[in-house]
Amino acid sequence: MIYFDNAATTLAKPPGVLTAVQQALGSFGAAGRGAHTASLAAGRAIYKARERVAWLLGAPSPQRVAFCANATEALNIVLSSLARPGSHALTTAAAHNSILRPLYRQAERGARMSILPVAADGSIDYAAFADLFEADTNLAVVTHNSNVTGDVYDIARMAEICHAHGALLAVDAAQTAGILPLDMAEMGIDILVFTGHKGLYGIQGTGGLCLAEGVELEPLVVGGSGLHSFDHQHPTLMPERLEAGTANAHGLAALAAGCDYLIEVGVAEVRSQSLVLARHFEAGARRIPGVRIYGGQADVQRSPIVALNVGSEDSAAISDRLDMEYGICTRPGVHCAPLMHEALGTAEQGAVRFSFSHLNTVAEVDKALAALEQVSQTRKRSRCS
Amino acid sequence: MQLIVTFASTAAAMAMEAYCRSAGVPGRIIPVPTQISAGCGLAWSAPLDSKLVIEQALLDCQLAAVGLHELELP
Repeated sequence: MIYFDNAATTLAKPPGVLTAVQQALGSFGAAGRGAHTASLAAGRAIYKARERVAWLLGAPSPQRVAFCANATEALNIVLSSLARPGSHALTTAAAHNSILRPLYRQAERGARMSILPVAADGSIDYAAFADLFEADTNLAVVTHNSNVTGDVYDIARMAEICHAHGALLAVDAAQTAGILPLDMAEMGIDILVFTGHKGLYGIQGTGGLCLAEGVELEPLVVGGSGLHSFDHQHPTLMPERLEAGTANAHGLAALAAGCDYLIEVGVAEVRSQSLVLARHFEAGARRIPGVRIYGGQADVQRSPIVALNVGSEDSAAISDRLDMEYGICTRPGVHCAPLMHEALGTAEQGAVRFSFSHLNTVAEVDKALAALEQVSQTRKRSRCS
Repeated sequence: MQLIVTFASTAAAMAMEAYCRSAGVPGRIIPVPTQISAGCGLAWSAPLDSKLVIEQALLDCQLAAVGLHELELP
């Protein structure tokens, strides 16, 4: 099997991640629910994950990193807390449904919202973004990159615009944490949302958010915390403020190990290697008759994603053929990004997304190009007959 | 007698432990004694004569302790 669906979840993990999970399964109690050896082992793993995530993402401190099940839950925390009746929130049409659906729901509850359109090439107009701000705009929630085209947006520029209008900037870095260098302070990010199982090489069921100093959110879920059990209110200090119930310590041990790997190898190196693969694939795919590639303007940063179509073929059919005939895993359809696909003109056809990890190889990319060419040629023959 | 440091969050207690382990500061995490709180949570327990070192550790890792207590533990 050749796996090119790393934007959905990374399949190949560093060996340390597997070891961490195995060790955790044999030794972890419930973190923060006692001070015995097994409980502390879990607590230490969680704290280590906070330290590593804070370091990798440029969060102010480990205490400003709160964990939850995934980036979607983290975005729900952000939007349920800040997109309230009487306020106005912004996003872009590049957003994933993990932003759009909570925002639509908050709009049904009385919040106002605006969505910046994207152009047919997937780009956004930053001047138009600035024009969307109104007197009561308190929040912009934007994706760091398009999970369809791989194009990376200028977060520092959007942060400047947000702050000039007195609004907070929340960034969905589900696709870029661990893949692109990130620094909350340097980029002016107030809230950074991440997932653990993609570029950070943890396992599924882990994600969270990092808050800049001075930014506070209301919890989405309250309950058991291991602290002040007679209080009627959930603890108010970060990170426990945004965490309730037994943590996924086993998953967070894996996340810490994934982060350790990234710290050792270097995010810049990971990015460089994965982009070499993506560019090699893109260059080859562009030479195949009938293949159309989306996004990827010359002057924008890229993440290692290439989305394409073969003629007018259903993207699901192409992806299925790549899997069944060549053992190549890709992601067809609309990638939970309906507005981006509408802009690209692919709402009906979808697109076949190839997303690369630096743990993929050039040989795998070459096999995928050969397979794509054969699929394209077969399509043409079948169309002509 | 032991010096008992209590915290407002589990993460703060774990941060204290991580710092003290790396800096060679004495002590260990214990359950918060019921003499201090009837709730649950984690505390840092250290020999009383290490009070100055502990206070410095709290400053170094920028942790706000909820309380410093001197207790005779069973």
